[in-house]
Formats: sequence, structure tokens, C-alpha cells
Amino acid sequence: MNRLFSEGWLWRALAFMAAGIVIFPLLIILLQWGTIGTGEQDIWQHLFDTKLDRLALNTLFLILGVGTGVTLLGVTLAWLTTICEFPGKRFFEWSLMLPLAIPGYVMAFVFLGLMNYSGPVQTFFRQQFGPDVWFPDVQGAGGVILILTLVLYPYVYMLARSAFLNQGRKLMDAGRLLGLSRGQAFFRVAIPVARPAIVAGLALALMETLADFGAVSVFNYDTFTTAIYNAWYGLFNLTVAAQLASLLLLFVGVTLVLERQSRDRARYTQDGGAQTRSSYRLSGSQAIAATCLCSIVLTLAFLLPSAQLLSWMLETGFSELDNRYFGFLGHTLGLGAIAGVAAVSIALILAFVKRLPGSMLARRWTALSIRLATLGYALPGSVLAVGIMLGFTLIDRSLGTLLTGSVIALIAAYCCRFLAVAWAPVDSGLEQVRPSVIDAARSLGAGPGRLLRQIYIPLLKPGLITAFTIVFVDVMKEMPATLIMRPFGWDTLAVRIYTMTAEGQWERAALPALTLIAVGLVPVWLLIRSARGHHTG
Amino acid sequence: MPRMTRSIIAILLTGILGACSDQSANAPSAEVGSAEAVQGANAVATEEAVDGPVIVYSSRQEHLIKPLFDRFTAETGIEVQYQTGEDGPLIARLQAEGQQTFADILYTVDAGNLWSAAEKGLLAPVESDVLARNIPEHLRDPEGRWFGLSVRARTIVYSTERVDPANLSTYAALADPRWQGRLCLRTSRKVYNMSLVATMIERLGKEATQKVVEGWVNNLATRVFSSDALLIEAIAAGQCDVGIVNTYYLGQLQQQNPDIPVGLFWANQESSGVHVNISGAGVTRYAKNRAGAVRLIEWLSSAEPQTLFSELNLEYPANPAIAPVELVASWGEFRQDTLNVEAAGRLQSEAVMLMDRADYR
Repeated sequence: MNRLFSEGWLWRALAFMAAGIVIFPLLIILLQWGTIGTGEQDIWQHLFDTKLDRLALNTLFLILGVGTGVTLLGVTLAWLTTICEFPGKRFFEWSLMLPLAIPGYVMAFVFLGLMNYSGPVQTFFRQQFGPDVWFPDVQGAGGVILILTLVLYPYVYMLARSAFLNQGRKLMDAGRLLGLSRGQAFFRVAIPVARPAIVAGLALALMETLADFGAVSVFNYDTFTTAIYNAWYGLFNLTVAAQLASLLLLFVGVTLVLERQSRDRARYTQDGGAQTRSSYRLSGSQAIAATCLCSIVLTLAFLLPSAQLLSWMLETGFSELDNRYFGFLGHTLGLGAIAGVAAVSIALILAFVKRLPGSMLARRWTALSIRLATLGYALPGSVLAVGIMLGFTLIDRSLGTLLTGSVIALIAAYCCRFLAVAWAPVDSGLEQVRPSVIDAARSLGAGPGRLLRQIYIPLLKPGLITAFTIVFVDVMKEMPATLIMRPFGWDTLAVRIYTMTAEGQWERAALPALTLIAVGLVPVWLLIRSARGHHTG
Repeated sequence: MPRMTRSIIAILLTGILGACSDQSANAPSAEVGSAEAVQGANAVATEEAVDGPVIVYSSRQEHLIKPLFDRFTAETGIEVQYQTGEDGPLIARLQAEGQQTFADILYTVDAGNLWSAAEKGLLAPVESDVLARNIPEHLRDPEGRWFGLSVRARTIVYSTERVDPANLSTYAALADPRWQGRLCLRTSRKVYNMSLVATMIERLGKEATQKVVEGWVNNLATRVFSSDALLIEAIAAGQCDVGIVNTYYLGQLQQQNPDIPVGLFWANQESSGVHVNISGAGVTRYAKNRAGAVRLIEWLSSAEPQTLFSELNLEYPANPAIAPVELVASWGEFRQDTLNVEAAGRLQSEAVMLMDRADYR
């Protein structure tokens, strides 16, 4: 017991250190409230007078829309592909994860290019039905919500799916035996048990929505994030930009805390028994509807944008395929892998330490630092990067090091931004490990190190792989922080896409964009394979 | 709070310092320029020597600068390394790095960004007869901290099918009710429009400008666009009849489709002249290779690279002695606004707020 105590502190210190790396830039951003000069006051006054209310409403509307969209779509699809049986299920099971690899700004651009007034679809309609034919307002809020929903639903889908897989059919059957209808069993048993996973996926999707700049700026949809950039680039005031960003953080923090409090105290753990593979066979019309829904989603969210990129790529031929291209690819893969390992390690340490026994105070501090450390996901990449940069230059100046332009700083930025992504699967995975297993191991004298090695890591393997995959793909897609923090010569595919699209050369961006998607498919495929293995085993 | 920050730094350091010093030493050297090369340059460069590479922070896209830098290296033997990015973050990085910065040159698009960097004390004045000769006075900082290298003209485009150019005159006249439901604009979030409105504030005064912008908003045919190219395509497709764009976007579309039914009209020829902005560069305050940096900027103002600017992105050379490429020349001669482009930066935040008040999104 003594040994556990002392080693526990070591782990706790390690956890604080890991969290510190991630919290540091957030603190720097919060510290910007220290400077409010007349310039800042004028800008705040101006914001209050003109558009703060509209920004808040727009942002709220976007969150509600995307939140509803990804939950409905993600949960429905996850349910269909885990519990039900219909034609094409085996195919959709994995292919519905593919949209994860498509960057939001690419999707937005492709969609508008096809659907706006001068695009092929509306042009066709005008030719068929005359110049005044009615067409939905694709540039409005509805368009943005649709795009972000299509790009972000995989987060909910993936997490809900693994939850449904874990709970198997037993619980549902138990509910049915107790007299619930199939629908009742779904809403009163399956959903509540999967709730932590669904909420974790939803939180990721919403934080991504809040941080999004690429897609909303293609649509000119004003949100908090566009206001942050406008204060910075337009009004040349980084301080106000950081202050606005910290409001975003506050909003996310409060929401997450509220959610946690409203969640029941109950713990949901897997029952450890063998999972049954039997599923509900959908009847004729139901099966057709299910197949149609899956096909439509897959087409809109993946096939259509890929096809458009492919046709652009064919227009330019392979002129982009030079030596430097492989450099971009190498950097992208390398950074994704390093950041993936780093973020998952930090998440694992934090999740592990969170469950160590200890004094009330120590546990409170651990909980707080975890909460803070996972907020970075909601910050727009550039703002976060500035926080990191200021932090590292502070270190560089006091110690004469040269960290700011190094890979270390960039990896730190990725960890800060994507820790939440790694955290969700790791934590919800740990949540499902039965406490009795841990208690048994402890009573047999296993210390924290051994617990981690021999119990947690093996039990968590699917969660860890999921976490690594999402971080890897997200890092590859990440653009703003990479753009500003990358060391000399470390251009990635995302940087290349930005370079080309900034001047409207979408055709030349097609090859790197398609590569990004193709590379993103590999870990998604691995993930699916491991999910299947988990499922059958 | 400072104590907390300090302890966090301490924690950070113990954790990662050892590891990272190893790693940066072993970092694989990339083709464009490695961390080692950069550090080496820092160590050896002295005041006058043109030793080592010139390091550029550039918000201008790689495919537009690389050919120029390659040519410079071929001619002078001086290597150029660059880091591309967006203006705001690059300037923030330059500022954060302070004396430790790698950068010798800041190369940005839009005078406003150069003005903002100069205001923050990040650029050092340069006295150069070559630059004074090659670059007109209104395209460079009065204090010599930055110099325009290419000119981008923002003017009116119209549908050749539905608009008689005789009805066009000034930017301000597009606020006339005649254009109700016929005008297309790009978003006010784009710096090009901020600069245009800033210049109008200087020329017409705040109140008159406010009226003009409100008139524009009233005349909008549809939501504002996120790019000039989309705007031109909308005019071609018939969604609106007139708009305001940078000329090279029309050039790009004309290259793809020479018959595009969109014409170019030089605005304000009877009054102040066409609004122009620049891409330009300045030597950083803490440049380690100042001599090389000055030499590069001087070279960029000379004949061959000036022609290249026009070829690569269909812009106008800043050096008035150099003719633009054929397509660009085909739009005809025009009188440009000779108000110093520095005004675009100085009045930018005022312009942003004015556009917000007019509900120009």
C-alpha cells in the first residue's frame, strides 16, 4: 500500500506535467485579459454596438443545427450498422467512416462549386425551367449546417458504434423481456447506456464546429471564430482576438461541466460476457429505407467530393507529382504519427491517473487539469498556435533555446489541439473497464505501473487504436497551426492545399487533397478491422 | 499568476528539454532548408557580410515567389530560404521571436500588413538609391521600412451582355439606385475591400464613404462572395451585372475562357484614379543578413523579376519602366490613385468598423 502511494504521486506528477504542456498556451490566451487599453475598449464597444448579438445567435444556431444533425445521423447509422441486418450492411459498416478523411473546407468548396448560382446544378435547372426557377438558398445557414454535419457525423458514428457493439444485444433483450417494445428498448435502454459515448462524439463534433474557420468562411457565415480572425487580421488587434477566443473556451468549458452534472451518477460497464452477434433482420421496406439512407449519406459526404477532386486532378494531369510531393507526404505521415502517439500517451496517463486512489485535493486537481487540457479542441488553430508560440518564445528567451521553430513546438500544438480527440475514446474505454478487475489486481499487489501495462493497455487496445487513428487523421488535415508553427521546409499536404486554394487554384490542390483522403483511409481501415476483431472476439 | 506560469514553465522544461535538444540536432534536413542551416546562418552572419542565406517570411504563395528566388540565387549565388504562411500569424511570429528571429525579410500581400508590421517596430528603414529610383513614391513607406514590388489594381467589372460601360464611372457611383439588385461584392472580411474603403475614407471623408457603402449593401443582388473568381463567374452566369474585383482574377478566368462575357472598366479615371494595392517587402529589424536582404529587395525591383511578377500572377510591375505581359496590357492604360498605399493600413480598422456599421458582411 505504501508503494502504491508513493508511486501514485509519481504518476500524478507526470500527469500534471503532461497536462501542463497542453494548458500552458490556454493560460497565455487567458492572460490576454490583462491588457485592455483604449484600443481594445473601442473595439469591444464597436462589437457590442454592431454585431456581437448576431455572432452569438449565428454561432448558437450553427451549434444547434450541427449538433442535431450529427446526433441524428451518427446514432441512426451506428444503430443500423451494428444491430440491424439489411442489404449492404457489411459494406456500409466501414465505408460510413470514410468522410472522416475529408477536410471541411474541401467539402464546403466542392459543395458550393456545384450548387451555387453559376454552378452546374443550378445552371441545369435554369436551362430546363427558365431563369426564375426557385432554388434553395445554398449559401445560407442551412448549407453550412449540412456541410458540417456531413463532415463531422463520423465522430458520433464511431463512438456510438463501439458503444452499441460493447453493450451487445443482451441489454436490449432484457428490456424486451421486461415488456418494452423495440422502440422503447432503444430509447430507454440502448441510448442511455451509450450516452457517454454519444455525448463524447457530439462534444468533439461541436468543438470542431466552434473552431472551424475554413468551411464557414467559404460560406461567409459569421461566427465567433470569424470574428476572432476579423479582429486580428482586420483590426490588427491580436489581444481582442485572444479575448474573444477565451470566451469561446469559457462557453465550451461551462457546457461540458453542465453535461457532466446532468449525467447520471451511474457507471456503465461492460458485462464481460461473450457478445452475441445476432441482429435484427429488417423487413423489406425497412431494409430498403436503411440501404437508401446509408447510400445517400455516403454519396454526399464522400463519393461526391472525391469525384469532384478526381476530375480536377485529371484536368491538371500529374504535374503536381514531383519530388517535393513525396516530401509533403513524408512530413504529413511523420507528424501525424508522432502527434498521434504523443496525444494518446498523454490521454492515457491522464485517464489512468484520474482513476488512481488519492486524497480529495489531489483528485480535484487532476480532474480540473484534465478538463482544462481538453478544451484546446475548441480553439481555432491559428489562435492556439499563437498561444503556443508566445509560450515557447518565453522559454526560448529565458533559456536561450530554439524551440519555437522546432518540431517539438508543432507537436505540442497538435497535442494541445487534439488531446480532446484522444481523450474521448480512451476515457470512455476506461469507463467500461469493470472496477472489480482493477480492485482484484490491486488487492493482489499490482502497482500503478503494472496496472497500466497488464490491465489497462490490453483492455483498452481498441480505444487506444481509435484514439490514435482520429488524432492521426485530424493532424494530417490540420492546416492553420501547421502553417504557422512548422519548421523550415516542413511543408505538409494540408499546407500545400492551403497554398494552392488561397489563390483559387483548386485544380492544383486536388492531388494533395486526394492524397490526404487516401492516406486517411488506411488508419480508418485499420480501425474498422480492429473494431471487427473486437466485435467477434 | 506569474508564479503559476513560472512553475508551469519549470515543469515543461524538465520534461521536454533534454529530449528536444537531441532531436533538433538529429532533425532530418529538408530540401528547402533545415533548422541547422538556419541556426548556422544566425551564428555566422555579421553586419555587412552577405554570407549565408537570406531568410524570408512570406505570405505570398510559394508558386509565386519560388521562381523569383531561384532566379536570384542563380544570378547572385545568394541562397534564399522562405517560410510561407498567413499575414497575421507570420507578423505575430516575427514579433514573438523578437531578436531571435530567423527572418531577414517580411514579404506580404497588401500594404496594410506591412504598415501594421512597421507600426509594431518589426521592420528597419532602408536607404537605397536603387529602390528610390525603381519604386514610385506612393508605393513605398515614407520612412523606407517597406517597398511595394508588384501592383494589384482593384476595379469594376461588368457583364458585357447587360451593361453599357458608358453608365459606369466611379466606385461610389455603384451605390446609385440604378444598380439596385444588380451589384455583386466580395466579403468585407477580405483585406482588398478593407483597403478600398480605407482609401475612400481618405479621399471622400467618413460620412460620404459610409453612405456609399450603405448604398452598395442596398444594391446587392445576392449574398457577398468569398472570392473574386466566384464573383466574376456569377456575373458571367447572370446572377448580377457589376462588381468590384482585382484585375488578375479576371485575367485568370480569361486565360481559361477567352470569351467570358465580363468586361473590365477602369474606375475613377475622372477623379482620383483606380485603387491600387501592393505586394511588398521590408527588411526585419533584427535581420542577421541585412546586406543580403537589401540586395534581394533591390533585385526584385529590377527589370527581369518585375516582368516575372506580371507573368506569374498577371499583376502590374511596381516599377513604371517595365511593361506588363500582353494579356494584362490588353486591358489598356489607366491612371492609378497616387495616394500613398500606407493609408490603407492606417485607416484599415476604421474601414472595418465602417463596413460593420453599414452591415456589409
